[in-house]
Amino acid sequence: MFGYYLNLALRSLMRNKMLTALMVIAIAVGIGASMTTLTVMHLLSGDPLPGRSQHIFYPQVDPSPLPDPENTHKPWDMMDYRSATDLWSAHRADRQALIGRSALRLTAPDMNQPPLMAQVLSTTSDFFPMFAVPFQYGDSWQPQDDQQRTRVAVISSDLNIKLFGGANSVGRTLRLKDSDVRIIGVLAPWRPSPQFYDLVGGRFSNGQTADFYSKPQEVFMPFSSSLDINTDGFMAFTCWRAPDPGSSMTTSPCVSVALWVELGNAAKVADYKAFITDYATQQKALGRLTHADNTRMPSLMQWLDFNQVVPSDVRLQTWLAFAFLLICLFNTVGLLLAKFLHRSGEIGVRRALGATRGAVLTQCLVEAGLIGLIGGFGGWLLTLLGLALIRQQPVAYADLLHLDSTMFLATFVMAIVASLLAGAVPAWRASRVALGLQLKTL
Amino acid sequence: MQIQPVLAALRRHRLATILIVMEIALACAVLCNACFLIASRIQMTHVDSGVDESSLATIKLTGYDEAKASDLNARVTSGLREIPGMQSVSVINEVPFGETAGNAGITLDSAGQKFAGVVDFYVAGPGNFEALGLQLISGRAPRADDFQPMKAFLPSSANVIVSRSLAEHLWPDTDPLGKEFWCGDFHFRVTGVVAHLARPSAGEGGPGTIEWSVFTPAQPGANLSGVYLLRADPAQLPRVLRDARAAIAKLAPDAVVEQQASQTIGDLRQVYFRQDRIMAGMLLGVIVALLLVTALGLVGLASFWVQQRRRQIGIRRAIGATRGDILRYFQTENFLIVTLGIALGMLLAYALNLLLMTQYELPRLPLYYLPAGALILWGLGQLAVLGPALRAAAVPPVVATRSG
Repeated sequence: MFGYYLNLALRSLMRNKMLTALMVIAIAVGIGASMTTLTVMHLLSGDPLPGRSQHIFYPQVDPSPLPDPENTHKPWDMMDYRSATDLWSAHRADRQALIGRSALRLTAPDMNQPPLMAQVLSTTSDFFPMFAVPFQYGDSWQPQDDQQRTRVAVISSDLNIKLFGGANSVGRTLRLKDSDVRIIGVLAPWRPSPQFYDLVGGRFSNGQTADFYSKPQEVFMPFSSSLDINTDGFMAFTCWRAPDPGSSMTTSPCVSVALWVELGNAAKVADYKAFITDYATQQKALGRLTHADNTRMPSLMQWLDFNQVVPSDVRLQTWLAFAFLLICLFNTVGLLLAKFLHRSGEIGVRRALGATRGAVLTQCLVEAGLIGLIGGFGGWLLTLLGLALIRQQPVAYADLLHLDSTMFLATFVMAIVASLLAGAVPAWRASRVALGLQLKTL
Repeated sequence: MQIQPVLAALRRHRLATILIVMEIALACAVLCNACFLIASRIQMTHVDSGVDESSLATIKLTGYDEAKASDLNARVTSGLREIPGMQSVSVINEVPFGETAGNAGITLDSAGQKFAGVVDFYVAGPGNFEALGLQLISGRAPRADDFQPMKAFLPSSANVIVSRSLAEHLWPDTDPLGKEFWCGDFHFRVTGVVAHLARPSAGEGGPGTIEWSVFTPAQPGANLSGVYLLRADPAQLPRVLRDARAAIAKLAPDAVVEQQASQTIGDLRQVYFRQDRIMAGMLLGVIVALLLVTALGLVGLASFWVQQRRRQIGIRRAIGATRGDILRYFQTENFLIVTLGIALGMLLAYALNLLLMTQYELPRLPLYYLPAGALILWGLGQLAVLGPALRAAAVPPVVATRSG
């Protein structure tokens, strides 16, 4: 029966090519626009560590000494050096990684290349297993390297290509600022989306968060030895007062260090929460912290939500695209209605010959679905075009965009569902055609 | 032209009419808001930086030893001044549309209780005020003794010049000259007001705070080094910047030139507003597609109705209606439908605007967008119906005598 309806639908579509084309174009354009923006949304709002993110947490204490009578101050996005390193050295979590950022002058002594400013991530050895960072050559440093302040580095795949043409550079030397460090590992291409582990300041960015999707740092170094090399310390997120001239970053009034912990189960999460609360209380008793009760520990996804990682322009585009799809659908409903009712005579004959209302309804819906399928095909091509256009734009996430299999399927499912929805009312109306009246006019 | 028969016919096609009215209402709502978004984006890109953008460029150096910063400043400024066509070279901490360096919260009292917002400090060595081409509207330009050495990222106490926008924010309806403000322990006194001075980026206060900037005179040194403001004749500026970049390699082999940040101010402005221009372009694309789809829908439905009513048209023609009457019938019908859609659409446009206002920093939709959107849709409707209506008018009276 379905084959027969399909045949009828095809004939009907071929009869009025102009009307068919209008409907297919409307669906294709609407689906193309909404799937393009939806794909961008899907890629930008995804989980950077699928299956593991629920175990990753971002402990925060509030080092601000400023009075906060109404308790409105949320802890800053990073911690002061002392709090972060204290929490880290307690080793109360399954895994834990400190994060500090800096930009250092870099040269490869045995390569004839001009110096460049390298983005350096200072972290601890757990970083690589905790975030499942893939290695191409070599391996990460070990916990004892963190303790012994070994001058080693892991470099990104991009930097390895830039400096060494992609060859195995393990064992070679980089000059960072004024010190030599030995390369012990080269990452395989790694592009977390967003670059979650040093994501800060979303609430102060006016929705312009496209840079959260930029590439990871070029050089990864042990937290301890990177501070030996870079006496200026890390980039501060903010300072509650101006640092004293010549002071070291270990005592500076700035927040510039973050901590990530992995906690395998709910009990450990509760324990760790209690641990940071205790820590803050104890530090308050020592007079170092002021707001002891202001501790937080969002999970990775909560932290991303808090920072509103999806740029507001992308969200606006998605809304727009769906409004546009809705207009396209209204258009299609109107045209389908016109088309089905135009065939009232034919439907009357079918009904008179014994077709049930349900049969007429199904036949009309098959026709609508067929339009959806063809429109979905057009929508898929337009989505590819739309994504290609966005990839040309100078935004940090441009190279992340692609149509994965989920979104490919979603394109067709959405097109067919949309067209069935659009066809529902016209099909129902067609199935209610007054039998006698139509036969009389024939 | 009688409206009665048109309404009667529409009543017979209630569902189709409602659908097309809804489509037009939605189109009207999206059209008005999208136009408004485009206008606000474009307005944003027209912000007056207050500086002679076409004559200015900047060079940013990093990676040098901070202990040798004073030496670097001396080498770079004297070396770059040798370049033919260079009018001035001065040391500054940041430039409009460049990377932010001087964001800080300020208070209106020394105890730090009256928080007054996060402003931007341009910390600038001698020569910058003149090189930027700032337009003083009251008070005085910085004097030689205003430029003090500094131990931190700001001088401990300074005579500063603020933008009019910031003065109006901090001291509404009062003369800002002589007023004081604080940033932690740093103390500032206003000695002048300039018409405009945009901060490098709008900051956490939103686009409304783009001009909250403070021009702070200071002596170049360890805490003020690495960013240089170059001034040259606009015609020669690209060449001067090229020469300067080339000269840096010899003048400061110990430093790394930040390529992205070392541009003319005009180019930095282009980059800064690129996202807004892309968004405006995208919105324009949506509007065009939207109008096209709506028009196609109107054409489709009108064509169908014309086809369906061929016999009636023939009868009307046979009993004396002119071609013009038939043409006007379909035009009136379209006008009525579109008008209904617009009426509903205006309400919807307003609702959508309220929704957008809660989600984004948008002002209320100015009322004149509504009639403008209505005019566009009326025009579009008439254009869409013209073809089918002309075809209807061409139906010969003889059709009435045929059956079917």
